[in-house]
Order: sequence, then C-alpha cells, then structure tokens
Amino acid sequence: MKALAALIGGLLFGIGLALSGMIVPEVILSFLYLEDLGLLFVLGGAVVVTLLFYQLVPRLRKKSLDGHEFGTKRVSIDKRLVFGSALFGVGWALSGVCPGPALAGLGAGNFAMGFVLVGMLAGAYVEKFFR
Amino acid sequence: MVVELFPLGIWHYLIGGLIIGLGMGIAYLMSGIVAGASSLFTVLWSFVDKKFCNKDMLASRDWRIYLAIGTVLGGFVFMLFSGASSTQIEWWRLLLGGFIAGLGARMANGCTSGHGICGLSSLQLSSLISVVIFLVVALITANVLRMVGV
Repeated sequence: MKALAALIGGLLFGIGLALSGMIVPEVILSFLYLEDLGLLFVLGGAVVVTLLFYQLVPRLRKKSLDGHEFGTKRVSIDKRLVFGSALFGVGWALSGVCPGPALAGLGAGNFAMGFVLVGMLAGAYVEKFFR
Repeated sequence: MVVELFPLGIWHYLIGGLIIGLGMGIAYLMSGIVAGASSLFTVLWSFVDKKFCNKDMLASRDWRIYLAIGTVLGGFVFMLFSGASSTQIEWWRLLLGGFIAGLGARMANGCTSGHGICGLSSLQLSSLISVVIFLVVALITANVLRMVGV
C-alpha cells in the first residue's frame, strides 16, 4: 500500500504543480522578479492543507491506514542546512525549476526538463563529496 | 497607479496549491509518508552504489520512486487537458541550475517540497530557516542575473 499511497500522492502533487504553473520556469522567474506573487498562494494553499493532515491525523489515529508509523521531517540546523539552502536558491533562480516541477514538467511533455533532471542527478552525486 | 501583484489572478495558484497539499496529506494518511521530491536523486544513485544512502533512505527507495512516477503522471494528466508545457529558458541554465539546486537540496536535506511544504507543515524551525534562505537568495540571484543581462 506504501507504493499506492506514493503513487496517488505523487499524482495529485504533479497535477497541482502543473495547474499552478510551477512547471513553467517563466512563472517562477516572474515571481522572483516580483512581477506576479501568485506563487505565495501555491505555497500557502499547499501548507495549509498539509498542515491540517500532519497535525490532525496523528491525534486521531496511532498509525496510518496501512499500519505504518507516521513519518516526520527532522533536519538539524547547521552549516549544511544554511549553505545547501543558499545553493538551492541560486540554482532555482538560474533554471526556474525545482525538483517536483522538473518531474511534473517532463510528464507534461516539456522534454527540456530532461536537462534539469540530469543536472539534479549530477548534483546529488557530487553532494557525496561534501558529507 | 496601483501595482498589480497578481496579473494572472489567484485562483489557479490557490487551487493548484490545495491539490498539492491534498496529495501530501493523502500519502501521509494512507501510509505515513512525509514526501519531499529531491531525495529521489540520492536514492537513485543507490542502484549504482548501495553505500550512497543510509539505511533509512534505502528503506524509502521504492516509495520515493513511486512518488516520482506519480508526479510525472500528474503532469501527463494535466497535458491531456491543457496541451504540452514548454519553456524558452536556455538549456545551459536548466542544466547548470539543476546541478546547483540538486547539490544544494541534498546538502540541506530538502527542497521546495521537503522543507517548503512538509517541513513547514511539521512546524520545523530548520525548514523555516531553509525556506527563508532559499527564497531570499533566489530573489537576489534572479534579479542580479536579469540586471547583468543573463
């Protein structure tokens, strides 16, 4: 069921990313140029719904529907977090694409996203040397 | 003159965001999945070298791949209704930007979805710090690049 949950979650994730324009680099750049602040509604809408699930569901049930522990997102605050986030910001501004939209954009027929995905794979490989 | 903050309106942005949240929420409710997208690129390397990931990461490999397949399919479903997506951004910017963002996201242990959505929704201070840093750096980078004519 974990696979099915990931597939359904990913499907909605991809549809939402496409519908909101996140898969179009020009939309991201117009946000970063402060010409269209609509992306704040994408982040806001996504966080409000996710927050409700993350905060309410564990109060109502001990385990997920298929009996798994609920995952948590825990990352320590250190130099890697600060430096990595800054690098991510530079890369995101250069291409106008972040990881989820690279995948959804490819699915939506934008094969140029292949460049982004190859770049991200290479970046994830090189990260090994910074551990 | 009033500055137009939302020249394309807000509804497609808001509805898209709500659907993204619903996807995240359903994966969590169904199977406890807290899903960011960027880990995919690290777990894929574990096919080449198992030591690439720690044990927890390796255990999540299968569902992270299904999540990615779902995300691609979501884009495909959108294309069926709205036509293919495209961009005018030069290939070297996509490649180099992807490389830098991929390296940075894996160093920071999360990207726009991992820190921006999952982390903030988990009320994690580290994610708030990450989001503020990458937003500010991206704003500066994009505008500096435009100023120098890239």
